[in-house]
Amino acid sequence: MSIPINRSAITSAKSPIGILLLILFLFAAYPSRVPAFELTGHLAAEEKLFFNDPLFSRQQRSAASFAAQPEFYHEWENGFSILATPFLRIDSVDAERSHFDIRELIFQSAHDTWELRIGIGKVFWGVTEFVHLVDIINQTDLIEHIDGEEKLGQPMAHLSVVQNWGVVDLFVLPFFRERTFPGRRGRLRSRIVVDTDHVKYESGAKQHPIDLAIRYSHTLGDWDFGIYHFAGTGREPGFDLKINSQGRLRLTPYYEQIRQTGLDVQSVYGNWLYKLEALYRTGQDDSFFACVGGFEYTFVNMASSGLDLGLIGEWAYDERNNKCTTGFDNDVMAGARLAFNDLASTEALAGIIQDMNSTATTFSLEASRRLSSHWKISINAFFVFKSSDSDIIYDLRNDDYFQIELFYYF
Amino acid sequence: MKQFINALLLFLIMPLLLPQNAASAETPEEKGLAIAMEADRQDNGFNDYTSDMLMILKNKHGKESNRKIRINALEVENDGDKSLTIFDNPRDVKGTAFLNYTHKIGDDDQWLYMPALKRVKRISSRNKSGSFMGSEFSYEDISSQEVEKYTYQWIRDEEYEGQQCFVVNFYPVDKKNSGYTRQLNWIDKKEYRPLKTEFFDKKKSHLKTLTFSGYRIYLDKYWRADKLHMINHQNGKSTILEFSSYKFRTGLKATDFNKNSLKRAR
Repeated sequence: MSIPINRSAITSAKSPIGILLLILFLFAAYPSRVPAFELTGHLAAEEKLFFNDPLFSRQQRSAASFAAQPEFYHEWENGFSILATPFLRIDSVDAERSHFDIRELIFQSAHDTWELRIGIGKVFWGVTEFVHLVDIINQTDLIEHIDGEEKLGQPMAHLSVVQNWGVVDLFVLPFFRERTFPGRRGRLRSRIVVDTDHVKYESGAKQHPIDLAIRYSHTLGDWDFGIYHFAGTGREPGFDLKINSQGRLRLTPYYEQIRQTGLDVQSVYGNWLYKLEALYRTGQDDSFFACVGGFEYTFVNMASSGLDLGLIGEWAYDERNNKCTTGFDNDVMAGARLAFNDLASTEALAGIIQDMNSTATTFSLEASRRLSSHWKISINAFFVFKSSDSDIIYDLRNDDYFQIELFYYF
Repeated sequence: MKQFINALLLFLIMPLLLPQNAASAETPEEKGLAIAMEADRQDNGFNDYTSDMLMILKNKHGKESNRKIRINALEVENDGDKSLTIFDNPRDVKGTAFLNYTHKIGDDDQWLYMPALKRVKRISSRNKSGSFMGSEFSYEDISSQEVEKYTYQWIRDEEYEGQQCFVVNFYPVDKKNSGYTRQLNWIDKKEYRPLKTEFFDKKKSHLKTLTFSGYRIYLDKYWRADKLHMINHQNGKSTILEFSSYKFRTGLKATDFNKNSLKRAR
C-alpha cells in the first residue's frame, strides 16, 4: 500500500486507491438515517534546509514537499462506523518519499463490552517519549520522519473485549507492510541505499503471512499497564549487501519470523509520571531483551505565568549492544516540553540523545503555533553534534537540518 | 467542565432547612458546609448529560480565539463524576479527547487521547492550577466540585443582581496543589445556584472573577447556566464558556467512559 507514485498505481483498478474510491463511493451513497458523514483532514507544505553539503552524490541541499491527508468518516446508528484516511506525499527530491498510503480504511462495530474493527488500521502501544520500543502492529513509515512516529496502515481484524478485569485485544494481521527508506537522492540515509524493490522474507508466505498478536491491558489506580505477545513477521528488517542490475551496491531488507513479548507500564505519582517499556524477542539472530524507562515531571503554571514546563528523562538499553539495529543500545535522553497556554497554543519540545557507548550526540527541536482556526505552522530541527564511524548515525553527520511546515486543516 | 457544572449544581440546591436553627449556635463553618451540602444534594440524581460548549478566549488586547467542545458526563454514586470531553475546533486539535474520573478524595484520574498518534496518555492531575486548553479556567475550575474538596465558611447574606444570596468562602482541602487560598461564592438562597465566584491566589490577592448567567432548569430540577464568564484581573485575559444543547439522562453508561471509548470519541 505504500506505492511510489511513479509506478502508475493510481490508474489501476486493483490499486488501493481504486479500492478506496470504490468504498468511499459506497459509504457516501449509503442511505443513512443519521446524516453523520464528515470530511476533515489537512494539507501540508514543507521546506527542509540542510546546513551542510551532502556526503553522497545526487543528494540536495534542500527539499520541498507537499502532503495531503483527508479523513472521511461515516457513522450509522448502533455504533457502526467507517473511517478512511488516505495519505499522499509528493517530494521535490526523493522519488521514494513521494508516496501514497492508506493510513486507515476501517469498519468499526462498537458495543458495551466488545469492539470489532476490520480493515486497514492504526494502533499505538507504548508510554515513553523518545523511543517507541514495544509499538509493533504498524510498520514505520521511516521516510516520513526519522523519529519513527509516522506509521503505515496495517490490514487487520481487531477484536477488543472490555471487562471489569481489563481489556483483551486480539489481532489477526493478514498482510505485511514493508518499511519505507529514503531513496538515492534523499538525505538522512545510510551511505548504501536501501533497495525496497527487492525484499527478502524468511517465511515462504512473504508479504501474505498471518501474523498474530494478543494484548492484555488494565488500569489499577495510578497504574496503567499492558502486556502482549506477537508472533509473525518482524517489523524491523536485517539487511543483505547486494549488487543490483546497474552494478550498484545496495542493502536488501530481510524480514524474519519473530516472537516478541512486550510490556508497557506507566504510573502517576503526584506531578511525576514514571514509564517503562520492555521487550523480549526471539527469531532475529540471538534472542534479546531491550527496555526503555524514565520519567516526566511537569512544572504547572510556572511562577503564575501560565506556562507549563515538562522535563523528560529516559534511558534505553538493548542487550545486543553494538549489534543493536535501532541505535538505542545504551542511550540517555533528556527533553523539555514548554506549553505557553496562549491563544495560538504555542508549544515546543527539545531533546538531546547521548549514546553512552560511543560519542554520538543528537539534538532535535520541534515547535508549533496556530495561525488561525485552520492554519498552523511548525518548525523542526535536527542536529548531529558528534558521531564516530561506529555509530548508526555516522552517515547522517552532514544532515543537520531546519524544516518549516505549514498546515491547513479542514 | 462537567465538573464546574456539577459544582454549580451542588451549590444550587440547598433550600431552607436551616431557618429553624439559624438562630441557634450554628457556626459560620457549619452554615457554610450546610449550604454546600444542600446545593450538592439538589443536583443528585441527574445520572448523565451531554452538552456542547463554545469557549471564547480573549487576550488583553481583545484578540479572540474560539474552541468548540462537546461534553459527556456521568454521575457516579459515592464518588466524583466521570466526564469525556471532545474537541471539534480549532481543526488542528479535532478529535483530541480528555477523560476524567473525579474523586471526592485524592487526585483525579485523567487521560488524554491524541488522534494523530492514536495514543492515549495518562496525565498527572496533581497540580490543579494549570490552564485548561489555554483558557483562564484551570483544571480545578472545570473539575467536579465535590463537597469533600473544600472546607466552608459562611460570611454574610447579601443581595446580588436582585437575588438574595449566601456569601460563602470555600477553602481548598488540597492547599498545596490548588492555585487558590480561597474562593468567595455568591449562592442564591432560593435555588442554591452559584452566581459569582471570586478567586484569591496564593498571595491572597484577587486573581479572577467568574460570573454565571442564563440559568435554565432541566428535568424540572437541574439548573445549568448558559454562560460562564471568567475574568483574570492580573493578566487582563478572559474566557467565556457558552453552553448549549444540554440533554439529561441520555442513557450514557460507565462503558462510555473508558479508554476504549476515549479512543473512539469523535
